Amino acid sequence: MRDVAVVSFAQAPSRRRVPEANEVEILMPVVAEAVEKSGVPREKIGFTCSGSCDYLAGQPFAFVWGLEAIAAWPPIRESHVEMDGAWALYEAWVLLQEGEIDAALVYGFGKSSPGSIRDVMAMQLDPYYYAPMWPDAVSLAALQARAMLDGTDHTEREMAEVAARSRRDAKANPHAQVTGDFDVDMILAEDYLVSPLRKSDCAPISDGAAVVVLAADDLARSVSSRPAWIRGIDHRIEPHSLGARDLTTSESTAVAAERAGALDDKLDVVELLAPFTHQELILRDALNLKNGSAINPSGGALAANPVMAAGLIRIGEAAARITDGSADRALAHATSGPCLQQNLVCVLEGE
Amino acid sequence: MAKLPAAVVGIGQTKHDTKRDDVSIAGLVREAAVRALEDAQMTWSDIDAVVLGKAPDMFEGVMMPELYLAEALGAVGKPMLRVHTAGSVGGSTAVVAAHLVQAGIHERVLTVAFEKQSESNAMWALAPKIPFQPTLVAGAGGYFAPHIREYIRRAHAPDHIGRKVAVKDRISALKNPYAHLHMPDISMETVEQSPILWDPIRFLECCPSSDGACAMVLTSERVAKSASKSPAWIKGTAIRSEPLGLAGRDEVNPRAGRDCAKDVYEQAGITDPRKDIDVVEMYVPFSWYEPMWLENLFFTDEGTGWKMTDDDSTALGGSLPVNPSGGVLSSNPIGASGMLRFAEAAMQVRGTAGEHQIDGARTALGHAYGGGSQFFAMWVVSSEAP
Repeated sequence: MRDVAVVSFAQAPSRRRVPEANEVEILMPVVAEAVEKSGVPREKIGFTCSGSCDYLAGQPFAFVWGLEAIAAWPPIRESHVEMDGAWALYEAWVLLQEGEIDAALVYGFGKSSPGSIRDVMAMQLDPYYYAPMWPDAVSLAALQARAMLDGTDHTEREMAEVAARSRRDAKANPHAQVTGDFDVDMILAEDYLVSPLRKSDCAPISDGAAVVVLAADDLARSVSSRPAWIRGIDHRIEPHSLGARDLTTSESTAVAAERAGALDDKLDVVELLAPFTHQELILRDALNLKNGSAINPSGGALAANPVMAAGLIRIGEAAARITDGSADRALAHATSGPCLQQNLVCVLEGE
Repeated sequence: MAKLPAAVVGIGQTKHDTKRDDVSIAGLVREAAVRALEDAQMTWSDIDAVVLGKAPDMFEGVMMPELYLAEALGAVGKPMLRVHTAGSVGGSTAVVAAHLVQAGIHERVLTVAFEKQSESNAMWALAPKIPFQPTLVAGAGGYFAPHIREYIRRAHAPDHIGRKVAVKDRISALKNPYAHLHMPDISMETVEQSPILWDPIRFLECCPSSDGACAMVLTSERVAKSASKSPAWIKGTAIRSEPLGLAGRDEVNPRAGRDCAKDVYEQAGITDPRKDIDVVEMYVPFSWYEPMWLENLFFTDEGTGWKMTDDDSTALGGSLPVNPSGGVLSSNPIGASGMLRFAEAAMQVRGTAGEHQIDGARTALGHAYGGGSQFFAMWVVSSEAP
C-alpha cells in the first residue's frame, strides 16, 4: 500500500440554516482554506472528488454547481459520488495508490435546510415496499433504538450520557452547532420525540461543507510536519431490508474495521458518525472498543450533522488530532443508509 | 506502486425499451448483471466489489438507490460505490471500477449502470431551475440546440448531415437485438418530415427515452488470462471536467473533451487516432453530435467532421465505423448510455458484437459526455494482452 496522508482539513461552521449562501458559496471559502493550509500547490492536485446528494438541493445535477467552487480550469480530472464525502475520499485514495498522481482534493457538502430532511430521507428507501409508507428517518432510527434496548443491556441513561458528553465536548469545537452542559437527568426528563428517542438523542439539522487534501509519500512529508497517514480504509454494505439484518449490531462496521486493521493496536481517538445516540453504542460494540479511546472529541454528529459532509468531517477531525500531536492512532467512521446500512472505517496514524 | 493491467471479461445489457414495466428497478439492473456474470462464467460470490452508476436520482424518484439495490446486485458484505457525473456517468462508473483493479484493491469488480426513465418524465427532470435565472430550457435538446446551430455556422455544414446520422444509426440498430428503436422504414425523407423540436433538431434526430441497464465484469490480468472468452484489455481511461458557468468556454468544441482524448490516447499509445482506432462508440444524443465529436476527438480537423459523415467514413462499412450498435440515438437509458458505449467498444475488440461486429476490430474507443458538454469519460480497449 502506498503511503497516503490527510495533510489538510477545513470545514464550514455548521448551522441550522444558511439562507444567505447557496452550496457553492458555502463551499468556496472552505476549499480555499483547505488548499492554502495544505501547502500543496494547486497544480500538484491531480484528482478531485466530491460527495453530495441531489435530493437535499431538490434539483437534479446539484453537484455540477460544486464544480464552480473549485477553479476547474483548465479542465480537471474530477469525479463525484452520490454518497458522503468519506466515500469520495476513498475513491481518491484508490487513485493515489496507482502512483501517477501525488495529491487529491476531496469535498463533501450539503444543505439540509431547504426541505424537511427527516421526510426527504424516506425517499432513500425501497420504492416499492418501504417508501410508500413514508417512514421518516427519526422513526426508523427509533425502531433500531427500541430493538437495541430490548435486545441488549444498553439503557436510555447510556444514550443520554452519549448526548451530554457529545455536546459538552463540542464546546471546544468552533464549528459545532449544538454545544453546552446538559444534565443526564434533565435529558431523561425530556418528552419522547419518537419513543425511545428524545430530541437530545438526535443529531441537529445542519447546512455545511468539508474539504480534505490528501498527499502521498514525500509530498506529504514535505508539506506537513506530521501527516495523518491512512493505514487502512475499507467499507461494506448490508442488506437494505431492515428485516434481513440484526439492527442491534453493525456487522459491516466490524468487517470494515477488521479489514482496515483498526483493532490491531490501541486507538487514541475514535470519530464515529452516529446521528443518533443509540447508534454510537451499537458502533462501539461492533468495534469492541476498549477503554482509553476518546470517542468523538469533536462532539460528533450530535453536535453538527451536515449530511454528505459529516462522514468526511469525522476523517478530518481524526486527522487533525494526529497532526496536532494529541493522538498517535485514530479511527474515523462514516455511515450511509437507514439504520447504519453502509459503513466505512479509516485508520489514521502519526509517524 | 504501479498501475496494474485490467480487462473486461463479462458484458451484459437489458433489452432497452420505452417502458420496461415487466421488471422493477432491481429486476432491471439484475437482468444486465446476471448476463455479465454469465458472459464472464462467474457467480455472485466471485465478485469482490460493486460500482453502480446512474444519472439524477429524480429520474426514478429514489434517493441514492444503491442502498436499495444492495441485495439485487449481490453487494451484501462487500464494498459498494455509487457514481454520479451527469450523462457521462456510465463511462466514469466504469473508470472508477477499472481503478479498483488497476490500483490492486480488487481482482473482480462488477460495474452496473442503469436508468428507468419511464418512472418519471426525463425531459422535465432535465430542465432544472438554475439559480437567479428564469427556467427557459425544456429538456437537454433545448440546451444543446444553440451549440448545434453554432457548429453548423462555424463549419458551414449542410443540413442533411443531421438527417444522415439519424438514419445511419437507426439502420445499424436493426442489427442490435438489445436496441430500443428498431425502425426499418427510416429514411432521409421521414427524418425531414418529422417535426422540429428545438431548431434545428428534428424529432427523429433525437435519442429516445429508455429503460435499460448495462453491466460489466472487470478483472485483474491474472483472472483475465484464465477467462474462457477473450478479454478486452483496458489500454487507457480518462476523465475531465470543466465548469458549466465559465465565461468564454467553447461549448461546441469543449477543451475538457480535447484534453480527455489526448490523455486517453497517450496512455493507449495512439498517435494517429484515425489510423490507430478501428471503431468508435461515442455519445451522440442528437445526430449533429457525431460530426462535432469527430472533431473534438481529433479524428479530423476542426470544421471537417461533417465531411466524414457525408462520405460514409462513419458508416458500418466505412474507414472509421461510428456507433455500430445504433448508439444513443437508438437506445438511451441515460445513466447507462455511457457504459453501453464503453461496453460496445469492448464487445467489438472481443469479437462478440454479433451482427454489428466490425471485422478485424482490435482497438476501440468508448466515449461519454454529460452536463453542459462539460463532463467527459473515455476508454480505449484492445484485443491485445499487455
